[in-house]
Amino acid sequence: MHRLEEIWMTVSVGILIIFMAIVGYQTFSLGMGPPSHAETIDPQKVEETAPFDDPGVKKIGDNEYEVVMTLQSFAFNPSNIEVPAGAKVTFTMTAMDVTHGFQLPGTNINAMVMPGHIQKISHTFDEPGEYLIICNEYCGVGHQAMSTTITVK
Amino acid sequence: MEQPLKETIRQNPKKILGVNPDDAKVALAYLSVSFVSLLIGGILGLLQGLERAGLMQLPSWLNYYQVLTAHGVLLLLVFTATFTIGYQYANLSHSFGGLLAKVRKLAWIGFGLMIIGVVMVATMIILNEASVLYTFYPPLAAHPVFYIGLVFVVLGIWSCCFGVFINYRHWRKNHPGQPTPILAFFAMGVFVLWLFASVGVTIEVLTLIPWSMGIIETTNVMVGRTLFWWFGHTLVNIWYLVATSAWYVIVPKIIGGHHFKEKLIRLVVILLVILNIPGGFHHQIIDPAISIPIKYLHVFMSLAIAVPSLMTAFAMFAVFERTGRKLGGKGLFGWLKKLPWGDVRFLAPMIAMISFIPGGAGGIVNTSNQLNQVIHNTMWVVGHFHVTVGMSVVMTFFGICYWLIPYLAKRVLTPKMSKIGVIQTIIWTIGMTIMAGSMHIAGLFGDPRRTSDTSYGGHEIAASWMSYELIFGIGATFLMIAVIIQVYAVFNMMFFAPKGHTEFPVAEPEEGEEPAPMWTERWGLWIVLLLAVVAMAYVVPIADMIMNAPPGSPPIKTW
Repeated sequence: MHRLEEIWMTVSVGILIIFMAIVGYQTFSLGMGPPSHAETIDPQKVEETAPFDDPGVKKIGDNEYEVVMTLQSFAFNPSNIEVPAGAKVTFTMTAMDVTHGFQLPGTNINAMVMPGHIQKISHTFDEPGEYLIICNEYCGVGHQAMSTTITVK
Repeated sequence: MEQPLKETIRQNPKKILGVNPDDAKVALAYLSVSFVSLLIGGILGLLQGLERAGLMQLPSWLNYYQVLTAHGVLLLLVFTATFTIGYQYANLSHSFGGLLAKVRKLAWIGFGLMIIGVVMVATMIILNEASVLYTFYPPLAAHPVFYIGLVFVVLGIWSCCFGVFINYRHWRKNHPGQPTPILAFFAMGVFVLWLFASVGVTIEVLTLIPWSMGIIETTNVMVGRTLFWWFGHTLVNIWYLVATSAWYVIVPKIIGGHHFKEKLIRLVVILLVILNIPGGFHHQIIDPAISIPIKYLHVFMSLAIAVPSLMTAFAMFAVFERTGRKLGGKGLFGWLKKLPWGDVRFLAPMIAMISFIPGGAGGIVNTSNQLNQVIHNTMWVVGHFHVTVGMSVVMTFFGICYWLIPYLAKRVLTPKMSKIGVIQTIIWTIGMTIMAGSMHIAGLFGDPRRTSDTSYGGHEIAASWMSYELIFGIGATFLMIAVIIQVYAVFNMMFFAPKGHTEFPVAEPEEGEEPAPMWTERWGLWIVLLLAVVAMAYVVPIADMIMNAPPGSPPIKTW
């Protein structure tokens, strides 16, 4: 192998290893892994299964909230959520029909919500304001209308 | 001494006779379907661009998601598949001195099956019975005919796969101890990958048929999605492998140089074949039910593709510099000026290669855990694949047309047509840069993909990306003009260009270069390694998805 080829390949593979080390550190040490919750649910009995029999915003600690949410073409339930500034909010979600997306533009909240699976994602809302919640996975003819807001006061 | 002459005539009749007319017919038939699909798919793309830009409203009988489904199916499946088969079969015919009669028959059977399949799929989309997009994620349920059509398309591709395998084996048997011609080696890589890529999606589709008919009540949506991406992402790399065959072997000849060391080229092909399939998992980084360690493993498996790609970058620029210097280029970058920038057969694939630099960098963003979470399902992704597919792959395909079609049709590329090709390349480059660039930016603001209207009642966050959507429309308009020029050029070269002889430009190795090592021909071993990598990647997560499956989902139609 030519000398320059050797250098090029060593640098390439070296960058790949450094990259993996950084992603690994963020994922496993800093807990920044992607949303990957493993619980399942019967997608045809969501409304009879706890906690989704009672969707809504629940206070679970000091300025800590859980939003139990169902997604269905073409709406989020609950909608137009309000939380105080600085609140740590965990969204616990499932889909009642097809696959939906859960995205808050301007934050790192982005998760797939699928029928049969429970998905969780957390975020601390430090900045007050009205955030947009949108479905970012095509779910049918009204997909573009599937949105709501979360207001941080 | 009679034997060698006979051999030459038998193996390389094109040197005397040109292309075998029966083989040319196969390739031209596939290429014709390919460019008709490009025209229709392109028009549908423009409609979406204008709708998103707010410049046009689709009529009530044609909704955005129908148009989007058709655009995806026509361009990502039909256009690329038919081009690949036409081009690879021409390569094979040239490399082997003509196809075997039974292989040609398999190619025609494949053609028929694919046409039947595409007609079934397209009919269901037009009837609004299959607005499930190109990914058809269950439990969105299309009409059963849509899935049956997909099966026909896959069978057509398999027929072409087996044709390639048979002809390859036949040549190897008759040439013991000789490595196959390099373009045939590429063809083998492409079709091996295609066969194994389509296994996953075929299993998925076969389970969806009885489900959509109501024979099976429910389906496992998570497994369906995973099997889809087993295929979906590998498909991307099939196109990429097809494009690299032209980069490595054709382009050096066009610029008057030699190809890079064959050993490295073959190693790149082998690595792309072995490492490719697990790449699909990065489409599921933010899915539930796949554990974080598995996702981390897949970040690595997806990124492994970067290694052969970086080898390609090195090899190509080495060839360019060497050739440029041979032509008298001086200084650090003087050799760049010596390259034939005014020749469309070089310009188009060259821009394609350059655009793979931002394309690949964007791909690294997409495959990494945390960065994926920022851009997942936003317009960033759409921008990304319009750079990688729309530029790196498709511009290479366009560049190939300017010698392949005249060669097949026994016509010539006129200087005027070459100039039209250069203009086409420039318009396409401008259009794609404008459109994909603005898509990337809009995506970073959070603009979702696959959504007909993203104004969200005029919410101020949505307002941050709306101005970029206007630019999508402008880019799409440039692209439409370029599509029309390209389709015109293709059919003009096929039927109306002056008759004559066009060379099939295959680069030779540098003088004194060693022949390709025979160990590269061990396809059985490469396939075993491919399957081992697939097993490493898929057995644990799919077993987990099946063992810990929730009750399944019934078919649902939400459009």
